[in-house]
Amino acid sequence: MIKRTLVILFLLGLGSLFIALMQGYTPDTELNLTGRYYAEHTAQDIGAANIVTAIIVTYRGLDTIGEVTVLFLTAAIVGMLLSRGNHKGKSLQRELPQSGELLTTGSYLLVPLILLLGAYVFINGHLTPGGGFQGGAIIASAILLMLLTDPLRHFSHQLITIIESVSGLLFVSIGVLGMFYAGGFLDNRILPVGDLGSLFSAGAIPVIYSLIGLKVGAEFSSMLVNLSETEDS
Amino acid sequence: MNELLMPAITLLISIAMIGAAFVAIQVKQISIAMLAAGLVSLLASVLFLFFAAPDVAMTEAAIGSGLTTFLFFFVLGRVRGEQRD
Repeated sequence: MIKRTLVILFLLGLGSLFIALMQGYTPDTELNLTGRYYAEHTAQDIGAANIVTAIIVTYRGLDTIGEVTVLFLTAAIVGMLLSRGNHKGKSLQRELPQSGELLTTGSYLLVPLILLLGAYVFINGHLTPGGGFQGGAIIASAILLMLLTDPLRHFSHQLITIIESVSGLLFVSIGVLGMFYAGGFLDNRILPVGDLGSLFSAGAIPVIYSLIGLKVGAEFSSMLVNLSETEDS
Repeated sequence: MNELLMPAITLLISIAMIGAAFVAIQVKQISIAMLAAGLVSLLASVLFLFFAAPDVAMTEAAIGSGLTTFLFFFVLGRVRGEQRD
């Protein structure tokens, strides 16, 4: 009874807080100082049609490295925790029920398409909405679909690790190259900026975003594969 | 027309989100609760799209409603399989 009253009181307090926020809210009619700078300078300085991508990869590239590192740490910790109960013997695995015909056939059709969509999303990150993180998550969902279809399917941990570490290393070294050949760390102008809106434009952004996409996809996939291979099942 | 339609759709989606979230915590069957939680994410991504944030909408749709929901089902299958042994 007391617990319920407390919950209701908490919700009421939260609601009144939001209402107070709502009443003090006036929508901005123009961009603020930082926003205006990004909106006016992205097209000629960075050459990316998608301003959000320009901010994520170039203006705030250091934050992106931090995010990727956090994700890497998460994947590493999940792998470390789950590999503890991991015995090699396949015979211990209990018999799993066959996955349905619909799922099996559907996954044959859908997995290549989903992988293609993921690659499209991160390669076109500087032109259309989306980018490395979204594309990586889409790729990982294709891996998840494969695991759902056949839980005993074996994925090469070595391949995942190599993709993950090579793309991470290349990402940071492109950032360092920017310090020598362009304005600073993660400056995208080490490659020609090109025409606004074409695929090979925006300097190093497509390269960096593809690397982020591969890295994020590999990290999510390694988490899923580790989760699926725990022997306690 | 548009000035009236946008807030109406936004309000409708918000109410549906709150409803789905309520279903997710109240319902007894775990699978329905998972689907409802995925629905909250899906509606949130539609809402982000209405607020002209397609990048955030894609992240929400891919991770929030895609990966997380499937991961929940995956783990549920694991847990149920263990109970049967």
